[in-house]
Amino acid sequence: MSSILVQVIVGGLLLGAVYALFSSGLTLVWGMMNILNFAHGDFVMLGMYVAFVVWTLFGAGPWAGAPMAVLVLATLGVVVYFGLIRDIMKGPMLAQILGTFGLALLLRYSVFWWFGANFLSLPENLVGGTFDVMGLRIQASRLLAGVVALLVTLGLHLLLTRTSLGSKMLAVAEDSTAAQLMGIRPDSMQAIAWAIAAGATGLAGALIATFFYIVPTVGETLGIVAFVTVSLGGFGSVPGALLAGLAIGVIESLSAYLIGAVYKDMVVYALFLGFLWFRPQGLLGKT
Amino acid sequence: MNFKNILGLLCAAAISVLPAGNAFSQEKTVKIGAVFPLSGGSASAGVHAKAAIEVAMDIINNAHPEFGNFPLAKNAGLAGLGGAKVEVVFADNQGSPATGQNQTLRLITEEKVVAITGAYQSGVTLTASAIAEKYGIPFVNGESVAANLTERGFKWFFRVTPVAADFAKIFYEFLADMKAAGAKTDNVAIVHDTTEYGTSVASVIASVFKERGQPIALDIAYTSNATDVQSQVLQLKEKKPDVAIMITYTPDAILYQKTMQSLDYKPPMIIADDSGYSDPSFIKAVGKISQGVFNRSSWSVGPPGSPTALIAEMYKKKTGDDLDDTAARAMQAFFVLCEAIDRAGSTEPAKIQAALRATDLKPDQLMMGYKGVKFDEKGQNVLAAGLIIQLQDGENYVAVWPKANAAKSPMLPFKGW
Repeated sequence: MSSILVQVIVGGLLLGAVYALFSSGLTLVWGMMNILNFAHGDFVMLGMYVAFVVWTLFGAGPWAGAPMAVLVLATLGVVVYFGLIRDIMKGPMLAQILGTFGLALLLRYSVFWWFGANFLSLPENLVGGTFDVMGLRIQASRLLAGVVALLVTLGLHLLLTRTSLGSKMLAVAEDSTAAQLMGIRPDSMQAIAWAIAAGATGLAGALIATFFYIVPTVGETLGIVAFVTVSLGGFGSVPGALLAGLAIGVIESLSAYLIGAVYKDMVVYALFLGFLWFRPQGLLGKT
Repeated sequence: MNFKNILGLLCAAAISVLPAGNAFSQEKTVKIGAVFPLSGGSASAGVHAKAAIEVAMDIINNAHPEFGNFPLAKNAGLAGLGGAKVEVVFADNQGSPATGQNQTLRLITEEKVVAITGAYQSGVTLTASAIAEKYGIPFVNGESVAANLTERGFKWFFRVTPVAADFAKIFYEFLADMKAAGAKTDNVAIVHDTTEYGTSVASVIASVFKERGQPIALDIAYTSNATDVQSQVLQLKEKKPDVAIMITYTPDAILYQKTMQSLDYKPPMIIADDSGYSDPSFIKAVGKISQGVFNRSSWSVGPPGSPTALIAEMYKKKTGDDLDDTAARAMQAFFVLCEAIDRAGSTEPAKIQAALRATDLKPDQLMMGYKGVKFDEKGQNVLAAGLIIQLQDGENYVAVWPKANAAKSPMLPFKGW
């Protein structure tokens, strides 16, 4: 295998880890609570802007920007849950879709109004530049995002499967009335889920900002991948989203390199649809 | 009725009232429509074009004797219409051909504009100008370069900017000169997106180079607004072209430069086809890792006190950014349109169209480095011209070719970061 091809695959894996990272929050909300959050991409965008503001004001890298983004976005998650989601969940499915879509536009154009349409960027070497491993170029910022993706996936998985908080959240997701009869307050569980999901999304945004451009519409570019990752991984399966993210990243990179960049989306989505035809529940989803 | 219901009603009322706010107009104004991408992926370019047109409005609507003989500057308003002021109604095409079409229709039928300018992306200009053609409203474009725009037999479409073929020839001649000076330029790669702009410019460059016996060695097409371009950069890295010609909008341009840096790949020469690489926010975001990128331009800031220097100063004061080539070309088109309306002495579309056909502006009446403005029967400015600029220090482009217009000599190879 040529060294370039290895570089393509490694690049694809790192890209896939990033896809998994910014999809994890969506898995939680969409996969478990059955709410399609169209504002997800814009949550990522907000995380990026938080990282940018922290860097502009304090000259601090993601070490400060990422926790800050988690904090800001988790708070926003709770506010959004109580201010919007709790009410529209009672309405028809269409109200949920349009409600979160409206939220997406509100966030996008608020940022647009405040920061303008300019493309922003963090300095290239904020996370230690690029290094060589046996002739392979590894970008520290992407590696950091990849490692964090693994940790977040592991953390969320443990939370949902090994803790009582996780069991309560799952119970509410499964049957909110029954959970209430067992003494679990659905409202607080849902709010916590939103805080965790939005916080993880903010974290993803802050890390992606170290190697991507920042612009109010960046959520449009990234959002669609998150939806595909979650459905390929299987609704509600956090490890599934990681696997799906990695698979999409590698398939995209390989097809762009071997066949041509124009065809990579066609390849990815054809395989995606074909896969769902055989296995509609996704990679690790339950039937 | 609880608080929420009232709030809901108020919101609904506000939504229905909002658009009506723009409807009233003043006496003695000439209403012109401007369709630009003010939101969406190309909003940065659209917002800068809007600011440039607003500077032009200031120059036209207020007395600016310091501009000397620059058309429309000396007195306030349009002299040919008794000092009427120019009013511009901006519409957001969101970078979408369908929205561009709808907004143009709205400008013509609801806002009753007498002429239209815009719409940045060639693909949007294509649909927007078709509506203007149908309604018999002059459409003056300053910044879309896809060849087919003036090949449709339209009677109401005028294009001030040089087109892809002009720039392709400039690129070819520039590379021939660089080769004569000892640089390697035989192996040329083109990287382009698959928008109307990307595909048409790439194919024009490929055919111009082929006609002259130098076929393009590598053609990399990709879908715009990419989430990742590593594979494309690695393809370049493997094939090692002498020259990479980049035809991309801003987001992808930024991503390409970031990715080249992270994969430690420097093509010996990068030539950008304007657009993304000219966006001031591109320079701010990745200028420092793009030192030595060549670009095409028709805009250069002249000596202090000249109209171009005054315009650059006004624009910088208004926006905080340096005027870029794309916004400057949009601004030039707006001046050409207003000069024609002034000469027509009328707001009747047919008279404006006739005046546009008779346009004959000399280089000293222009802000751009064109040899003049004169339209052929297809509506194309036959005197449009351009030059090669280079981002030598990562902050400002300087003119480097042809020698007659050069402020500095070309720096080779691509330095990067």
